[in-house]
Amino acid sequence: MLNRSESNGIQIDWVKLSPWLCTIGLFLIWEVTVRLFGIPYYILPAPTHITYAMYEFSDALWWNSVQTLWTTLAGFGLAIVFGLMLGLFIGWDKRIYSGLYPLMIGFNSIPKIAVVPILVLWFGAGWLPAVLTAFLISFFPIVVNVATGLATIEPEMEDVLRALGAKKLDIMTKVGIPRSLPYFFGALKVAITLAFIGSVLSETIAANSGIGHMMLTAQANFEVPLVFACLIALAVEGIGMYALMAGLEMRMTGWAHRSGFNR
Amino acid sequence: MNAFVEIEDVSLRYTAQSGNESTLAVEHLDLQVNQGDFIAVVGPSGCGKSTLMKLATGLHFPTSGAVRLDGKQVDGPVSIAGMAFQNPVMLPWRLTRDNVLLPMEVVNPHRQKIRRSRASYRQMADELLASVGLDGAGGQYPWQLSGGMQQRASLCRALIHDPQLLMLDEPFAALDAFTREELWCVIRDLHLDKQFTTILVTHDLREAVFLADTVYVMSARPGRIIVSRDVPIPRPRPIEVTYEKEFSDLTQELRGHIAEARS
Repeated sequence: MLNRSESNGIQIDWVKLSPWLCTIGLFLIWEVTVRLFGIPYYILPAPTHITYAMYEFSDALWWNSVQTLWTTLAGFGLAIVFGLMLGLFIGWDKRIYSGLYPLMIGFNSIPKIAVVPILVLWFGAGWLPAVLTAFLISFFPIVVNVATGLATIEPEMEDVLRALGAKKLDIMTKVGIPRSLPYFFGALKVAITLAFIGSVLSETIAANSGIGHMMLTAQANFEVPLVFACLIALAVEGIGMYALMAGLEMRMTGWAHRSGFNR
Repeated sequence: MNAFVEIEDVSLRYTAQSGNESTLAVEHLDLQVNQGDFIAVVGPSGCGKSTLMKLATGLHFPTSGAVRLDGKQVDGPVSIAGMAFQNPVMLPWRLTRDNVLLPMEVVNPHRQKIRRSRASYRQMADELLASVGLDGAGGQYPWQLSGGMQQRASLCRALIHDPQLLMLDEPFAALDAFTREELWCVIRDLHLDKQFTTILVTHDLREAVFLADTVYVMSARPGRIIVSRDVPIPRPRPIEVTYEKEFSDLTQELRGHIAEARS
């Protein structure tokens, strides 16, 4: 097999191809199942049906997707800024770390769906609660990862530098911060998908626009294919942003993914 | 004449961060090392050998007694010391050469100069690397080097700022037997060349006898010196002496002292 493909000059990269094959396969199975069992469209619409709904409502779908994307990115941006700051603060010193960590865990354990009504109470319905929910749900992994990266500096490294008279700031800028970067970029991948969950969650509770709002309206009008179209739009946005973050991670901290280059 | 490193009747008690428990790491520790001497400290595990390292470099202060370095009381980190550990702790995002230069970015007066004349410092690092058999490795990342090569680079980092005192904490313990003997010779030649005072903490009696002028045996915790044994074998010692009778008699004798210390 291998020899033949080499002689033909065509080599199929199955690793690169398999995500596409799996996705197409999933939709094929879906389509076939729906048709074979005659499932009515208001229970589970077939992919072709969903595609048609996408085409039919393409303007509204596009507009609401952009709306959701920007609230998500705004919340995500806030999460990066505050997550980095808090992460650096917490990781700076073991005492701050141990003091604030239980609080962070407690805060993260609160289901964010319980927080949205409070946000709506404070800021009214609209885009602001969506941005804030995206922020609240996505900043935790950033804080924890940055703080962990700083708190796990090898003690020998710290000894080497401290014995030379290095100040805490030296150790942090030369060792701690570069060291926590892979943790930070790893956290971004998790955080961006969480941010989508946050903004859509808030939109389904109280908003006048966005994919979450659109889904709710479509459901009320019994437009089941459109509900699914919204879900797919969300999935596509999520994959796109994840890929962006993963690419950024590889670019910024290639040294941490060194197995491929190792001799 | 006063010794270069003077540890006089030192006790150090660690207090655990939580609770009132405390452990006495070393007690009535006395040790004098003359300028340019190479001494080795051996002892059962947990006898406070690493504590000795931290005392001499000003990372810990004695509960009672005095530590003097070059006639001055140690009251803070001493920048005239270089350290190397069992774990080479290289920073993976820096080239090997830049890892070696790390102390220069911290210690005065180099920390000011290195920004302006990076090129000459790079050359200095490359020359030092070449002197331990790492020609051309400066431009590689540490994770591209083997364990023995990383340990050589770690020695270079300990020596780049021309320290008067070199502290070695089991630097060869994680290496295979052949690499270890190679590195013994590297450190022997470096010491011959630069005449820095060296304190080697080790578990390996052959290593201690091969490298040191005087071998000290520490007791079990709380650690203190129970035996001091001069090594009469003339310097520089070729690796072959390790197979001679005088050498093995000496290691046997020290082995007996350690067995006593353990019981």
